[in-house]
Amino acid sequence: MEKIIAGVTVDVNAEGYLTQISQWNENIASAIAVEEEVGPLGPKHWEVLKYLRDQQSRGTALSIRGIGKSGVVDIKTFYELFPNGPLKKASKIAGIPKPASCI
Amino acid sequence: METDVMSIKKENNLKPVKKVMIIVSKGTLDGVYPALILANGARMEGIEAEMFFTFFGLESIVKSRMNDLHVAAVGNPALHMPTLVGGLPGMEHFVTHMMKKEMEKLDIPDVQEFLEIINASGGKIYACKLAMDMFHLKKEDLWEGVDEVLTVGDFYARCAGENTQVLFT
Repeated sequence: MEKIIAGVTVDVNAEGYLTQISQWNENIASAIAVEEEVGPLGPKHWEVLKYLRDQQSRGTALSIRGIGKSGVVDIKTFYELFPNGPLKKASKIAGIPKPASCI
Repeated sequence: METDVMSIKKENNLKPVKKVMIIVSKGTLDGVYPALILANGARMEGIEAEMFFTFFGLESIVKSRMNDLHVAAVGNPALHMPTLVGGLPGMEHFVTHMMKKEMEKLDIPDVQEFLEIINASGGKIYACKLAMDMFHLKKEDLWEGVDEVLTVGDFYARCAGENTQVLFT
């Protein structure tokens, strides 16, 4: 389905995840962050989002453990940056698919 | 096919689970891991998670033993191994080793690291007071990340709130 985010029409799935990674931009990320009640994105948020997009483009499966070991952010800070379901919210904001990880 | 959880929730006007209270009573590897995975998985979904370790479950939060949990090779029909074979010396060690190897392949952390992850994510770890008395354990014997030693009454008090689920493993 289509959705207008930050004035741009993008393709999303029923849960609101972008289905075309290339349609993502920083304005879209900021708009999704507000919608997801993450609030305004600071430098640390962007660092994490960039890391997630990098990992996704390499085909790496994302997990909380992996993020904790990334050196980008520790697990406690990750939960503080993206409250209430950090991996899912951060992935949605980063414009990548919802992670299928259980750990 | 993708499960459309959000729209199922919306259509049926279902309220999400807010908190899970997980009671861990077993001290085997396969008794403890499901609880760890459920607790961490809850935090990943934005659900509060608190774990209450009682009876043999205490094994997984006792400093000196927490990273040495085993799979029971005897009395475990799911291993498809005759009881007598399971009882051979070294068999339990072998079965445990095999399972840990498989878990490592899936990037599943060891018990201590898993508890550290749950801790960092805001989950709570409690020990059962009565079980500690029974096994003659002191607070100093427990892993440093344990938040508190609780009575059953304390535990139930913490179950309070809308949409709390109590799970027993």
